Amino acid sequence: MNKPPQPDGFRPIRPGGRGGKARAFAKGRQVDVRALEEISQLMEGRPLRRDLLIEHLHVVQDTYGHISAAHLAALAELMRLPQAEVYEVATFYHHFDVVKEGEAPPPEITIRVCDSLSCALAGAETLIAALARATPANVRVVHAPCMGLCDQAPAAAVGKNYLGAVNAAQLVKLAEAHETRPVVAEHQSFDAYCHGGGYETLKSLRAGAKTPDQVIEELLEAGLRGLGGAGFPSGQKWKFVRAGKGPRYLCINADEGEPGTFKDRHYLQTRPHQFLEGMLIAAWGVEAEKAFIYLRDEYPAAHQILRTEIALIEREGLIAPGYVDLRRGAGAYICGEESAMIESVEGKRGLPRHRPPYVAQIGIFGRPTLVHNVETVYWMPQILAKGAAAFAALGKEGHKGIRSYSVSGRVKAPGVVLAPAGTTANELIERTGGMLDGHVFKGYLPGGASGGILPASMADLPLDFGQLEKYGCFVGSHAVVILSDKDSMRDVAVNLLRFFEDESCGQCTPCRVGCEKAVKLMDKDVWDQPLLGELADAMADASICGLGQAAPNPIRSVMTHFKGDIAR
Amino acid sequence: MTDKIVFTLDDKEVEAGPNETIWQVAKRLGTTIPHLCWKDAPGYRADGNCRACVVEVEGERVLAASCIRKPSPGMKVKTGTDRAKSARHMVFELLMADQPQPQDAHDRQSTFLAWAKAMDVGLSRFPADGSPRPDLSHPAMAVNLDACIHCNLCVRACREVQVNDVIGMAFRGSDSKIVFDFDDPMGGSTCVACGECVQACPTGALMPKSIVDETGRGGREADRQVDSVCPYCGVGCQITYNIRRDGETGRDVIAWVEGTGGPANENRLCVKGRFGFDYVTNPERLTKPLIRKPGLPKGLNMNPADPLTHFREASWEEALDFVASGLKSLRERDGAKALAGFGSAKCSNEEAYLFQKLVRVGFGSNNVDHCTRLCHASSVAALMETIGSGAVTAPFTAVKDSDVIIVIGANPTENHPVAATYFKQAAKRGAELIVMDPRGTALKRHATHMLQFKNGSDVALLNAMMNVIVTEKLYDTQYIQAHTEGFERLKAHLAPFTPEAMEPECGIDAGLIRTVARKFAKAKAAIIFWGMGVSQHTHGTDNARCLISLALMCGQVGRAGTGLHPLRGQNNVQGASDAGLIPMMFPDYVRVGIAPKREMLEGLWGAKLDPDPGLTVVEVMDAVHAGVVKGMYIQGENPAMSDPDVGHAREALAMLEHLVVQDIFLTETAMYADVILPATAWPEKDGTVSNTNRQVQMGRQAIQAPDDARPDWWIIIEIAKRMGLPWTYRHPSEVFAEMKLAMPSLDNISWERLERESSVTYPCLAPDKPGEEIVFGDRFPTESGLGKMVPAALLPPDEMPDREFPFVLSTGRQLEHWHTGAMTRRASVLDAVEPEPTVQMNPLDIARFGLSPGDMVRVASRRGTIDIKVRSDSGVAQGVVFIPFAYVEAAANLLTNPKLDPFGKIPEFKYCAVKVEALGRPERQAAE
Repeated sequence: MNKPPQPDGFRPIRPGGRGGKARAFAKGRQVDVRALEEISQLMEGRPLRRDLLIEHLHVVQDTYGHISAAHLAALAELMRLPQAEVYEVATFYHHFDVVKEGEAPPPEITIRVCDSLSCALAGAETLIAALARATPANVRVVHAPCMGLCDQAPAAAVGKNYLGAVNAAQLVKLAEAHETRPVVAEHQSFDAYCHGGGYETLKSLRAGAKTPDQVIEELLEAGLRGLGGAGFPSGQKWKFVRAGKGPRYLCINADEGEPGTFKDRHYLQTRPHQFLEGMLIAAWGVEAEKAFIYLRDEYPAAHQILRTEIALIEREGLIAPGYVDLRRGAGAYICGEESAMIESVEGKRGLPRHRPPYVAQIGIFGRPTLVHNVETVYWMPQILAKGAAAFAALGKEGHKGIRSYSVSGRVKAPGVVLAPAGTTANELIERTGGMLDGHVFKGYLPGGASGGILPASMADLPLDFGQLEKYGCFVGSHAVVILSDKDSMRDVAVNLLRFFEDESCGQCTPCRVGCEKAVKLMDKDVWDQPLLGELADAMADASICGLGQAAPNPIRSVMTHFKGDIAR
Repeated sequence: MTDKIVFTLDDKEVEAGPNETIWQVAKRLGTTIPHLCWKDAPGYRADGNCRACVVEVEGERVLAASCIRKPSPGMKVKTGTDRAKSARHMVFELLMADQPQPQDAHDRQSTFLAWAKAMDVGLSRFPADGSPRPDLSHPAMAVNLDACIHCNLCVRACREVQVNDVIGMAFRGSDSKIVFDFDDPMGGSTCVACGECVQACPTGALMPKSIVDETGRGGREADRQVDSVCPYCGVGCQITYNIRRDGETGRDVIAWVEGTGGPANENRLCVKGRFGFDYVTNPERLTKPLIRKPGLPKGLNMNPADPLTHFREASWEEALDFVASGLKSLRERDGAKALAGFGSAKCSNEEAYLFQKLVRVGFGSNNVDHCTRLCHASSVAALMETIGSGAVTAPFTAVKDSDVIIVIGANPTENHPVAATYFKQAAKRGAELIVMDPRGTALKRHATHMLQFKNGSDVALLNAMMNVIVTEKLYDTQYIQAHTEGFERLKAHLAPFTPEAMEPECGIDAGLIRTVARKFAKAKAAIIFWGMGVSQHTHGTDNARCLISLALMCGQVGRAGTGLHPLRGQNNVQGASDAGLIPMMFPDYVRVGIAPKREMLEGLWGAKLDPDPGLTVVEVMDAVHAGVVKGMYIQGENPAMSDPDVGHAREALAMLEHLVVQDIFLTETAMYADVILPATAWPEKDGTVSNTNRQVQMGRQAIQAPDDARPDWWIIIEIAKRMGLPWTYRHPSEVFAEMKLAMPSLDNISWERLERESSVTYPCLAPDKPGEEIVFGDRFPTESGLGKMVPAALLPPDEMPDREFPFVLSTGRQLEHWHTGAMTRRASVLDAVEPEPTVQMNPLDIARFGLSPGDMVRVASRRGTIDIKVRSDSGVAQGVVFIPFAYVEAAANLLTNPKLDPFGKIPEFKYCAVKVEALGRPERQAAE
């Protein structure tokens, strides 16, 4: 038989003279066996690639209504990722609810109420207050940024059921009835699109009717520019991307988050196939290995449409299965910035990259990547079918092409206005039925939250790329929000800066701290205008990306054009 | 080079290298642009996020971060425009708004405060945001995120430099927050406390706790800094001691330690090297020579804090005379072979050299050995036999050029943590990392392939790989013809070892064996690292032979990114072996039986030398039992913990007539001593050490030894003098000078050069040239110049599990504890993280026994029994238990099998049969 631990019965004394008890487990959080089983089942058949992390987080969030620490740890284990890495991604995006051990999961149903400018003008705060009084225990109400329903303000979402022109009673009723799924409206079908000659352009290009270089020339002649907001000539972009060695990728930026903008949603939900054909033409143009669509999570109806229609064109043999990779954003405006979007496609936090290198050179997975906005590719089939000159001629004098202005705010009939490039705010007000009764036109946002604010006295400026920069503004995504004498421009600016504060990725100091300090300074009764001015300069000069560079535009606009509104 | 870029910097035309940034060019030309998130140190990528370094580029709309922006030809850059300066100023002012008040700074010397002062940024005009609460949950580090500026240097430190992957930047915008795992308290996270984040933090948000007071205020003020080398593992990290004078005692103390720019660590450290130094001031330090009181039994029957129960204090004079007279009288009575000495791999090269010289010249035999016997003796035996050199053929940093990296039988994230950072970085860059180990180690997550093979089945797995390479003709015929011998014999031998035949032996799928074999053979550059999982077996030499043959047949030796690298364990195990602290070889591995070299040494040392090999570590203990060895001198070694079947070793120690132990603490071995000599700790003396990469490095004295503790070299010399040797060395430098006469490997490496350069790799071909990092590109140092392939047969481990002892026990180390724990268990941080012994078991085995993690079990082998707490670890295979051997309360080596490998004489620490019985919960036990 074995000897006792010590032959002489003396228990050895531990050296060092301290106490302390050993852990029963290895360091840190241990993976729960049951959670691992659940996540393994959930992930069955799904590739565990790093770039799919956000998609997988969606699966967990959709299944359980939140992401528990146990599930998150299990997912990390399964994907062979560090816990910190999955946690930082999950907490970056506002549509994921990470619930740690000992914390209560969120209520079953979430009502998100848009509080961005157009909805705020339409009484979002009143709505939220009313909801707070009326919601049952299994429902929570949260503030949310622009949902792309600015023409139907105020907007809200019950789960994934996004609706415009809402009231509290209606929302509570929907929540009680568990009507949380997206409602898909009628849209042009594949057959109808084909009947009108749809996909013929794509087929002819693929058959060799034109070379990519010829198409590039046509796009340049048509004057097609990046309609996500940057206005970069599309043909030029193709050239840059084609200059890099393959494999190359295409990524469609459908992360339409600029407050006031809803044109992309409009096209995706009404004529998805014209968009898809345009996308495939662009993919053909740069010989893309794969086409990604990065669609904001606020557009679940569009997601459903695209999912269905992509499957359909796969079956029709227009694309190989899996060629188009439809990705969901997860509630982060910054992912509309193309390099942040690429980071997100790679399954990471949406932090904009430094330029150079440009994404055309080093994009998704380090490869040359063509990034186009939805509307940009939407026009491509038409340009190629009807001719570049015809498209260019659609613009007003000196401006090429047609534009989709998203018009909202204090007008009678807000909506997408298809108008010549270079149309003015005054003309857009006219096209949307004029000012609301009892409202006098006072000013407008020419380009969403970022584009600054101009006074009514400057409403005859052509709204096109390169026209407004001399006034500290830009047209961007052509989101025009009309403001009236009932609106305090100070409040408007605070609303916009709050939005930027919420949506800043937090990477660089001027934007992360600058937005937060700007809001604090602007909340004061008296604005420290010299300090705000200095701050605005530093943000504009030293931020990494357009968000931080443009975030001070509303401050500068108010201090320039609406001095009278500054005092509370 | 044509890729120089000419551009204009502040109105001057300048040139930039192809990868230089604007910041780097400016710095090189004398302008240091303010910077926070950019750390000008190896391994740190520029991130450009803080915007403290923005400059103006002509023609660009916005400013550019100079740390990340590379100049393009013709670019016009201005660093000092008003616009750039005011943006930089604003960045600091914004950040300053949320900082603690200057008088409350966590780091009064922070980079942030220094720059703010230089730029004249005082109080901020911006309102402050809320400040997060401190996190003091970790024993080593204070986290005060109120000073965090979100520069993410700690994230890069943790994830890109050390690749420990614990720190993240969670949430978004102004809510962004540095988190550990899931925003857990640092002390409860997976943090391994490498402290890289603390070293990188520019604000004091992360600080060593040792220099922050209870109110959170602190600073990196040091009275003095001394550069040296870490005393723990064989990686050989260079460190800087930051020393403060204690106002009350007037003594110098090590306030904190930082990594510095050594070739093996490039500023990185692990928890031991950064936070493991307060053992030197532990109250249990031995400070006076001690002589055993008469009539008391020898055993582990003492409190290590209180030697005076069994010993009395003596003067150095008395103690040294006692030592020498005891040794001399045994030598005179029973002859030279009645004495033996164990030197230390933890002391300097000079001390190792002096120790073996004392035994060989003063004792009169080759009975000198050290713990190399217990770690890599079999690897060295195989390497000497096949390629004629026992050291590595390439440093571990060679992985930067490797496409395929095999790590087998090694757990570097725990045992060679800084070396592991290079492996993880290589894997991150895209190299294939193939980990082969019976335990699923932390490296597994980084591995392309993890081959968790059955304990002890190394030869089966490796022969099967070679079988694939031979069958599929993936070997390098040209290399084999030019550089090797024995291939045809090996080829024939390998025929039956098909992957299918070996699959049941090693438990690895035949297809996977094929994949991995092909990858290794076809790699442009492949390298093999191994540890004691390979060496500590009765077939350890065979295991190493297989690895050597594998590398040789594929020509994966002698080029960039290729090589054979046994990861050496202790800080100076390479140097101690080189210096001759082994019984069959003189310095530089000359066999004692080879007359010419022996005669040369006899001339140098002025004494007749024994031509017969002496006894090895385990053999000495057997010789004590046999009544042959009667007196021993043990310096800085702890066989009462480290020997296999340690009960047997302890009995031997108790039987000795005269045992001299020289150490810094009352180790378990010292409890058996007749006389104990208090030595200095590593930071208290000068000396050189040689790491696993063959880098000879300078250790410098940083602080004074306590009371009467003396340097080991001084003590050895004093004993030698009293045994009649005319030694006159006054400093290790004089010893080093003599070593150079005995050791050609030290050619062109002088003490002065080491003082100047801190590290020189051997072999070194000229006094003004760096040493040879990668060796044997043209020929091997064998007689034929060829590398030999030696076939290895399948041998089972010596003691297989059976009905009575159904579990396999494997032993080893853990991150926080060094060897037998003599130093680390007395280091407060290390002890706090791992305070007690645990047995690591697979969760399914734990459940099968109806146990819960944290319960006590009794683990018994044919040789001994220990009671120990269960730790759940899914990396351990079912049917296997793993026990670290550092804990005297449950000494794993009471259980291990002393059976030796016939060539390396290394015991089978990695395999013996045990049984496990439930004992219940500790609290229940205590109540009984």
